[in-house]
Amino acid sequence: MSWDWQVFCQDTITQEVGASCFGKGGEITYLDWLLSAWGWTVSVSLLSLAIALVVGAIIGTLRTLPNSPWAVRLGNAWVEYFRNIPLLVHIFLWYHVIPTLVPAMKSLPGFVLVVFALGFFTSARIAEQVRSGVLALPRGQRYAGMAMGFTTFQTYRYVLLPMAFRIIIPPLTSETMNIFKNSSVAFAVSVAELTMFAMQAQEETARGVEVYLAVTGLYVVSAFAINRIMAWVEKSVRVPGLIAAGGGGH
Amino acid sequence: MNLNLDWSFFSWELYTQFVLKGLYFSVFLTVVATAGGIALGTVLAMMRLSGKKWLDVPATIYVNGMRSIPLLMVILWFFLLMPASFYALFGEFGREHRAEMSAIITFIAFEAAYFSEIMRAGIQSIPRGQVFAGQALGMSYGQNMQLVILPQAFRNMLPVLLTQTIILFQDTSLVYAIGAYDMLKGFEIAGKNYGRPIESYLAAAATYFVMCYALSWSVKRLHQKIAIIR
Repeated sequence: MSWDWQVFCQDTITQEVGASCFGKGGEITYLDWLLSAWGWTVSVSLLSLAIALVVGAIIGTLRTLPNSPWAVRLGNAWVEYFRNIPLLVHIFLWYHVIPTLVPAMKSLPGFVLVVFALGFFTSARIAEQVRSGVLALPRGQRYAGMAMGFTTFQTYRYVLLPMAFRIIIPPLTSETMNIFKNSSVAFAVSVAELTMFAMQAQEETARGVEVYLAVTGLYVVSAFAINRIMAWVEKSVRVPGLIAAGGGGH
Repeated sequence: MNLNLDWSFFSWELYTQFVLKGLYFSVFLTVVATAGGIALGTVLAMMRLSGKKWLDVPATIYVNGMRSIPLLMVILWFFLLMPASFYALFGEFGREHRAEMSAIITFIAFEAAYFSEIMRAGIQSIPRGQVFAGQALGMSYGQNMQLVILPQAFRNMLPVLLTQTIILFQDTSLVYAIGAYDMLKGFEIAGKNYGRPIESYLAAAATYFVMCYALSWSVKRLHQKIAIIR
């Protein structure tokens, strides 16, 4: 098995190896394409993460509200819907079905639809964690908020959610890494991300091993970067005195 | 809103002709990958807990490596690397079912990493006294694992293992990438044949939902049952 890393310096149209591995004057090498594919993967993942965090926090909170059974039911239905259908089917639903049913969405590019699909899909998982984070808090925390004369919204905003979010950072970390991995499914609707690049470049150059190694390496690097960032976040927002926070100890 | 759906093409024939074949494969893949994944995953978990470096390190690298790349990449890798001569070993069947065979091996190898983490947690949840009790009875390491620890670990982890199986069933839809014929593919082909792709995707979503919801509901029931016994 011989390596041929020159493949990344090839022009994507003429297949000739240029002097520089970055294309000049409108030419695109496979290295350029690889980097832009990485950019698409990162964009899809980060935008989906933003949607997932916002929607997940709202749905997760709804599921813990006292005395509002319909909010809880709505939250449960949301979570069950997204947890029991494969991601690939969700992506097909958003890409093929929703634009047909809602003509206003026809003009949206596939990229946006995939971000919604992946974001909502992950929001169900994050909602589950937000819920368990809120439920893990001692009952006294809620009562303390009520005793201060807080409204329900204020209790959540100032007492429950700040604690709950810190507790759930470790599972959130793995969910964030999952988003990066799951973004690979976007290939199915022709978003030009890493997996799509891998499949096409492998076919064009027949140097599958080099192409796949580079792509796999970028996935691992992305996941590891996220892991380190989240570890830093976890460390900087840790609640003093909690056992899980480590370090201090009593 | 343009709710111009036409369900008239929907019939029992559609299911028997297109979907059932895919469903068989999806279920078969799930069952085989679960069985193989738990077997291989248990071995990996025991390697990681053995306390011997030459067993622990390779297993850790394998598990963490598999867990840090997307399943889709693993599927593509395996499909790319397996030479045609491997499939030729299985004669006519192998040549016709390349994608299916490669999917089965990939899923066993990939899911083993996830099952091994579950089994590791299961083994670690067994009180240390159980291990000592086995040793006090003069059991060898193998006997102790087989007769004392693993049965309890399996039982403790049963709900988690089954939940992972449901996730695995959903993941089987990813064999789309290498063109294997699973349930989603069946719906897609049916939709194309009848010219109603929208309805077909909706039907696929509904079918997955009903199956997975029923399964996770049963796991929840089972969990309650086990919780009462213990």
